[in-house]
Amino acid sequence: MAAGSRVQVPTEVRRGEPFEVKISVRHPMETGFRVDDMGKPIARNTIHEFICRYNGTPVFAANLGSGIAANPYLRFFVTALDSGELKFEWVDDAGERGDAAATLRVTG
Amino acid sequence: MKRDEPLTVASPLRRRIIVAGAALATTRALPLRAEPPALPSIPELDAYLAGRKPEFGRLLLDLPRLADDGNAVTMRLFMPGPFAPGMQVTSIALFSEKNPVPKMAQFDFPVAPAKVEIESRVRLAGSQRVAAIATLADGALHAATADVSVTIAACLDGS
Repeated sequence: MAAGSRVQVPTEVRRGEPFEVKISVRHPMETGFRVDDMGKPIARNTIHEFICRYNGTPVFAANLGSGIAANPYLRFFVTALDSGELKFEWVDDAGERGDAAATLRVTG
Repeated sequence: MKRDEPLTVASPLRRRIIVAGAALATTRALPLRAEPPALPSIPELDAYLAGRKPEFGRLLLDLPRLADDGNAVTMRLFMPGPFAPGMQVTSIALFSEKNPVPKMAQFDFPVAPAKVEIESRVRLAGSQRVAAIATLADGALHAATADVSVTIAACLDGS
């Protein structure tokens, strides 16, 4: 699995304000209902665990099933507290792990 | 460019198809809009609710009324605040009426979110009603539904 991902967060946010987080992860999100060229079923493989930590504290988590499109994209909001790091981690059904991070500067 | 050339060639047959398509779209869309926000019948959703009755109106589920490609349909969840302490959203689950795996996703908020808005892209195996259930910290449930007509269903059946 190619562990590519793209994260987008604002470079500067005001303390106490919610800010937008966008992340897209390169992942096939195999449904388990497809077959390969030889007619063999392709095992289900989705990102069953996704977690976003803000300076170590979990702030958003998701369990993504086969109902989520390939190369899953998520946009959600986190409340700005202190400057620091947003860390994203995920695990798929095959046990493959991926991670991404973004730094954030909080003003005010 | 030559000035006399017509820009489009609308044959009578093509026009009839367009008219028929438009009529079909109208008759399909109108009754759906008038329906009350009833939850679709999904065993997994019933199990998730476990007999509890969610409220309607506060949670919003945005899906296009017509989706060309069921493999990636933009989905937005929104719940306006403010949330009183102890009444914040803790999770939102998404259920599909037609997908082979009805529970599409669950989003969790380990800490009280200041703004509840989530966007993602979902797979839809055909035209259907999608339901979202938000759980608040005090146990209250809020539901939202959306009807989507899918032109090309996501290939979930192995085809």
